[in-house]
Amino acid sequence: MLNGLQLGVMLFLVAAGLTLVFGIMNLINLAHGSLYMVGAYFAVAFLGWTGSFAAAVVLALLATLVVGMLVEMIALRTLYERDHLDQVLATFGLILFFNELVAIVWGRAALFATIPPALGGFVELLPGLRYPVYRALIILVGLAVALLLYVVVSRTRLGMLIRAGASNRTMVAALGVNIRLLYTVVFGFGAALAGLGGLMAGPIYTVQPGMGEELLIEVLVVIVIGGIGSIRGALVGAIVVGMVDTLGRTFLKPMLATVVSPAAADTAGPALASMLIYILMAAVLYFRPQGLFPAARS
Amino acid sequence: MTSRRRALTLVAVLAALAAVPLAAAAVDEPFYLDLFGRIMIFAIAAVSLDIILGYGGMVSLGHAAYVGIGAYAVAIPALHGVHSAWLQWPLAMALAGLAALVIGAVSLRTSGVYFIMITLAFAQMLYYVGISIEPWGGDDGMRLAQRSQLGGPLDLGDPHVFYYVVLVILAVLLLAGERVIHARFGTVIRAVKSNEARLQAIGVASFRYKLAAFVLAGAVGGLAGALLANQTEYLTPSFMHWTRSGDIMVMVILGGMGTLGGPVLGAAAYLLLENVLSAWTVHWQVILGPLLVLVVLYARGGLWSLLPGGGRRDG
Repeated sequence: MLNGLQLGVMLFLVAAGLTLVFGIMNLINLAHGSLYMVGAYFAVAFLGWTGSFAAAVVLALLATLVVGMLVEMIALRTLYERDHLDQVLATFGLILFFNELVAIVWGRAALFATIPPALGGFVELLPGLRYPVYRALIILVGLAVALLLYVVVSRTRLGMLIRAGASNRTMVAALGVNIRLLYTVVFGFGAALAGLGGLMAGPIYTVQPGMGEELLIEVLVVIVIGGIGSIRGALVGAIVVGMVDTLGRTFLKPMLATVVSPAAADTAGPALASMLIYILMAAVLYFRPQGLFPAARS
Repeated sequence: MTSRRRALTLVAVLAALAAVPLAAAAVDEPFYLDLFGRIMIFAIAAVSLDIILGYGGMVSLGHAAYVGIGAYAVAIPALHGVHSAWLQWPLAMALAGLAALVIGAVSLRTSGVYFIMITLAFAQMLYYVGISIEPWGGDDGMRLAQRSQLGGPLDLGDPHVFYYVVLVILAVLLLAGERVIHARFGTVIRAVKSNEARLQAIGVASFRYKLAAFVLAGAVGGLAGALLANQTEYLTPSFMHWTRSGDIMVMVILGGMGTLGGPVLGAAAYLLLENVLSAWTVHWQVILGPLLVLVVLYARGGLWSLLPGGGRRDG
C-alpha cells in the first residue's frame, strides 16, 4: 500500500514537470523521461565523486536544471509554434541521443546507487508495521514538492507570470515580460523535477539507459488521467496509478487463482496486472475525455 | 502531367527494388537482399501509417502494435503446426484490424495530444502483455520453425522468392492506395485533416470514416508484421515497443507524409542510414537523434518532394 503511494509520488514528480511544460508551453516533451534518466545518472556520478549523498543530490539537481535549459534553448525553442507531430518527432530524436550518450559515458550496464547508511533503516509507523526510511522519505519529499508547487503557481509573482504566459503568450510579452526567458526557466524547473524523481529512484530501481522511457509511458498515463496541464490532476492521477499498479501486481494473481486454476492465473495475472493502468486510462477517457481535472484554459 | 511523372518516379523506384537481387548476386553480397527486403516490409508498415497520419492527420504513435500483432499471428499458429500463409496472413490482418477497431473506437473520441498519448499507451500495453505471457516466449520472444507456406511452386524459404513476394505486395498496396486515396473514401479522409467541423456540417459522419481508415491502416500494419516475422524468422515483444512506432513514424516524415511514395523512400533512407551509421559506430543513435531534430526543424517536405513530380502533396 505504501509502496503504491511511493510509486505514485515518484510518478508525480516526473508528471508535474511534464504537465507544467505542456500546460504552459503547449509542448509535448517525450524526452522528459530522458531528463529523469539524466538526473539519476548525475546523482550516481556525483555520489561517487563527492562521497556525500546530500552534495550529490544538490549537484545532480543543478546539473539537470542546466541540461534542461540547454535543451530548451538549443532544440525546443523553435518548436512551440509547430504542431504536435513535429514536437513528438524532435523529442523522439532527443531520446535516442540521450540514451546513447549515457551509454557512451557510463556504459550500457545497469548501475546501482547505494542508499546512504543514515537512511538505510526502518521506521516503525504503527506497532508491528516497519517501513524503509528511504521510501518514507521519498513520500515526504514528493508531498512537500506538491505543496511547494501549489504555492509557487498560485501565490507568487512567478506563478502568476507562468499562468499568464499559459493563457496568452503574446499579451504577456507585450506587457514587457521576457517570455522566452520565462519559458526556459519553467522548462529547466520541469527538468529538475524529473531529475529529482530520477535521483531518488536511483537507489530503488536500476540506473540504466532507457530507464526513462519505461517511466515516461506511465507518466503519460498519469497526466492523461489527471487532465493535461493540471498539477492537481497530476497529483491525483499519479497516486491513483501508483496504487492501482502496485496493488494489481500484488493481489491480482492470488485473486485470479481463486476463480480459475492457479496455472492459468500464473499466466494471466502478470499480463492483466500490466494492462490494468491502461484499462483504467481508457475507462477514464471514455467517460471524461479531458481527464479528471481538466486545466482551466481561459 | 505531374501525376504522370509521379507515377513514373514510383515505377522507377519499384523497378530499382526489383533489380536489387540481381545486383546483390552480382557483387556476391546476399546481405543486401535481406536489407532491402526489410526496407520493403517497413515501407508497407510506413505506407499504412501514412494513410492515417499523412492523409487523415491522425497522429498515431502506436503503429508498432499492429505490426507486433501481425507477427504473433504468424508465430502462434506456427507453434501449433499451422504454416499456411493463406491462413496466417489473413489472420494477421484480421487480428490487427480488430485491435485497431478497439483502440480506434476509444482513442478517436479524443484528439490532439490526448490522441497521441492514448495510441502510444495502448501500444505499450500490448507490449507489456507480450512480455508477460510466458507460453508465447515472454520477454525472449520465439523462433519461427519455418516460414509461411504459400503452396504451389512458391517456396518462401527461398530468399529470392520471398523478396519478390514482398515486392509484389508492396506494389499492389501502392496501386490500391492510389485508388483509395482518390476515391470518395480517400477524399473524406483528406477532408477530415483539413477541416473536420465543416465536413460534419455538410453531413458526413466523419467518425466512421476515421475509424475505418484506422482499421484499414491497422490491418495493413498487421500484414507488414506477418511479413517481418517471416523475414527474421523469430519475434520478440520488442516488435511492439514504442520506439518501433517512433521509427515507423520517422520513416513517414522523412520520406514525406501525405504521399504514397514518400514512406517507401523514408523507410529506405532510414534503414540505409541506420545500416551505414551502425557500421561506423555502435553508438549510431547519438548521430541519428540530432539528425532527426534537424530534419524536423528544417526539412519539412521530406525526401519525396525533392524528386521529379513529387510536389508537396499528392492531393
